[in-house]
Amino acid sequence: MKRVVRAVFPVVVAVGLVGLFAFLVQGKQIDVLQPAGDVAAQQYSLLMFALFLSSLVVVPVFTLLVFFSIRYRAGNKKATYKPEWGENKWLEGLWWGIPILIIGILGVITYQTSHSLDPYKPLVGGKALEVQVVALRWKWLFIYPDQRIATLNQLPIPVDKPVHFTMTSDAPMNAFWIPSLGSQVYAMSGMASQLNLNATKTGEYTGYTTNINGEGYAKMTFKTKVMGQAEFERWADSAAKSQDSLTMETYHTLAEPASDQTERTYRLANKKLFEYITEKYDGHSMHSESSS
Amino acid sequence: MNELISFLVGRLSPDYLPKDPVTIGAAIGMPLAALGLVVLVTYLRRWRWLWDNWLTSLDAKKIGVMYIVVAIVMLLRGVADAAMLRLQTAIAANGAEGPFSSDTFQQVFTAHGTIMIFFVAMGLMFGLINVVMPLMIGARDMAFPLMNSISLWLFVAGMILVNVALVFGGFSNGGWLGYPPLTELEYNPGPGVDYWIWSLQIAGIGSLLSGINFVVTILKHRAPGMTLMKMPIFPWSVLVTSVLIMLAFPILTVTLALLGLDRAMGMHFFTSDGGGNPMLYINLIWAWGHPEVYILVMPAFGIYSEVVATFAKKKLFGYRTMVWALMAIMFLSFVVWQHHFFTMGAGANVNAFFGIMTMVIAIPTGVKIFNWLFTMYRGRIDFKAPMFWFLAFVFTFTLGGVTGVLMAVPALDFQVHNTMFLVAHFHNTIIGGVVFGFFAAITYWFPKIFGFKLHDGLGRWSAVLWQIGFLLAFMPLYILGLMGAVRRIDSYSDPSWQPLFITSGIGVLVIVGGIGLFVLQLLYSVWKRKELKDTTGDPWDGRTLEWSVPSPAPHYNFAVTPIVTHRDEWWHRKQKGVKTPAKSDYVDIWLPKNSALGLTVGALAGLFGFGIIWHLWWLVLIAAILAIAVIVRRTLSDDNDYHISANELYHEAVRARS
Repeated sequence: MKRVVRAVFPVVVAVGLVGLFAFLVQGKQIDVLQPAGDVAAQQYSLLMFALFLSSLVVVPVFTLLVFFSIRYRAGNKKATYKPEWGENKWLEGLWWGIPILIIGILGVITYQTSHSLDPYKPLVGGKALEVQVVALRWKWLFIYPDQRIATLNQLPIPVDKPVHFTMTSDAPMNAFWIPSLGSQVYAMSGMASQLNLNATKTGEYTGYTTNINGEGYAKMTFKTKVMGQAEFERWADSAAKSQDSLTMETYHTLAEPASDQTERTYRLANKKLFEYITEKYDGHSMHSESSS
Repeated sequence: MNELISFLVGRLSPDYLPKDPVTIGAAIGMPLAALGLVVLVTYLRRWRWLWDNWLTSLDAKKIGVMYIVVAIVMLLRGVADAAMLRLQTAIAANGAEGPFSSDTFQQVFTAHGTIMIFFVAMGLMFGLINVVMPLMIGARDMAFPLMNSISLWLFVAGMILVNVALVFGGFSNGGWLGYPPLTELEYNPGPGVDYWIWSLQIAGIGSLLSGINFVVTILKHRAPGMTLMKMPIFPWSVLVTSVLIMLAFPILTVTLALLGLDRAMGMHFFTSDGGGNPMLYINLIWAWGHPEVYILVMPAFGIYSEVVATFAKKKLFGYRTMVWALMAIMFLSFVVWQHHFFTMGAGANVNAFFGIMTMVIAIPTGVKIFNWLFTMYRGRIDFKAPMFWFLAFVFTFTLGGVTGVLMAVPALDFQVHNTMFLVAHFHNTIIGGVVFGFFAAITYWFPKIFGFKLHDGLGRWSAVLWQIGFLLAFMPLYILGLMGAVRRIDSYSDPSWQPLFITSGIGVLVIVGGIGLFVLQLLYSVWKRKELKDTTGDPWDGRTLEWSVPSPAPHYNFAVTPIVTHRDEWWHRKQKGVKTPAKSDYVDIWLPKNSALGLTVGALAGLFGFGIIWHLWWLVLIAAILAIAVIVRRTLSDDNDYHISANELYHEAVRARS
């Protein structure tokens, strides 16, 4: 009886856990696995391929672990017992060789995808929409220099068109990430990092900062609104006529530390705002030293 | 007058007293618990005993036990922190308020990470190394017993500073690695980050000293005949780890010192303005941080190698490749640090190089796993509790290895970096590797130190609960990461995440159950110590030298220094019949006298740190001068050893046998 329980228990636990996790993910939106952009789609297939390669090692390991545990348990006196056997060139060669082969394949793919999915590499598909991203405490400011507009906590973009992001931070270190579209990159003060993405499906996708930046960190999200080209142009035209103007004064108010989740649209008063934000950290100190 | 006062009190002020109920509770509870302990020791009249037998002892085994006791207490605090984190995320969905403010939450996860890595994982491993390594190589003690005691007390001083932060001033909110500029004065002027810097700085110096001590001990104090290639794998793993410590910890010390200068003196190494560069910090901290994770896990690899060979009653498979794999990992762990920030905008070639180097580590690690599996092959496996931990390790660590390889592909890392997926990954490797390894080790070597075994059934159930709890707690985090849940969030708006976070919280409770069973196992075994007594000194039919001495091991380890001819020396001796040493084999030995120097230096280091944190510059100066003075005074003293005669040793051995 005890032996039966011992054998059945792990199976019941394993089935129970798998069932539980299947139930928990059922019908849910899993952004990374349901890509809405070309970059994320390529990353999804890369993930699946890497998982497949890993399973070539994992499956044998788990099988051997279970099989050896049962077969060579102390109670089984029928099994061969060779206490002094501890070396075999062929076997050891085998498990140096196979992982080297697998990692060799994955290494080549790593090299290729590091280049093909380099966030700085422009995407094909025509002239990209320029968006400048400024991470503030704790809100996202998006500047569309060519459209002369700016938005807060919302990122309208046209579908099927490359978008080129230039990113900085007027706050602690941040990272800009829209899981449905792919690739995150850090946004740091005094620097302008870059990211190229596109969206292939219309809809709303949440964007995040992934780097801890103080009080309002968790609530610092934004909505990526992917719309048709015509709709985007209509929106941009009306936004450019907005009553709200993003002047230096408005900007300095926004840059004050405060959690803010409202979505806003501005007419851009100063086309060089982004350059001002990155350059103010250069070389000399803009912040008075607090001598405590 | 005002200037004098501000010179005397620095920035100490009642403003820093805790304000929210959780921290007030902890701030009252912790000193009370400490006071309770003092009262208890006084009531039991155990101060003398504590002082002579433990606090001033230079015996590596006792130092090791003290490390482990501190680490287990810190494990309880770290797990309590973890439970608070998952309680918050189980509740704070879709606009609902969690029990903790963002700031408290951020302090808690910073404390959780800092404590678990520096004061639990490091403490457990250093403790075990102290307890077992000299015995395994046939040495009488560490090469530098006094320095060993100083290491311990620096570790304790760092630990105390972390806990003082909870009571007075608050801890850092910058994460366990404290990336600037968030941790610079501009964004974080309070004492929290300074607590973090100086507790790590002090404990880190202790770790560096330990690393030096372990290397010298292994290279110079092995028993005659034990060539390096006849040394058991655990000491090998310690040797490799210690080399990493010696090369990596100075980087941590320098990095923290530079950040400390930014904060205390208004310098600009890592600020975003004034010519500073936070990216430099991130490179430096990971140049230490990546070797650090191998510093934690490699001793665990050593433990599993000993455990699986002993309980399979069979020679370890592929000893040579095990050693080469350790060396390969040691080397590679220094050329992968950039994989912690693929998303910082380095070029494709840089990312590809570090990505491929990272994957290459999977090769020697994979080799080790197959070697362990083939140690089981054609063995006679006795599934005692340590083997349960071993099985849980192979299963869990392999999964962690897979997600690690996924994250090593830069293009994939872009989608999972700094998300819950990452959180799940490193818990997968650290719990699966280090924590399970520690539990295997403590069950395995406990009788050697205390003379009785731990109850086996409770140990097995503890392993089962840990394994199930682990899966419940961390599999949901993998899924959440892919859903877009970033790490360190204290609330989220998507209600569909909540069931997964709740499941994870339940997982933490199951793990707490596993820890509860472990504590119960300790208490029950102490209670039943007569029945669980190890009379032979060799309760598991062991293979290595530590099992050749009686349990508990005598304070001088070996009455007669063993002469080694084989890799599994004790197994070999048992095969051909153990010879009892003749009276003429015994020689006089000298051992270090107790010393309060370690304790003194630790206390002064703690005051030094406290002084810097609160800008009490007079205290900093006094503590530094005194620390140097006591060490100089000690170096002038010649009377530091005591002597045990050959005759005494012989008679004690005869008594032990009868």
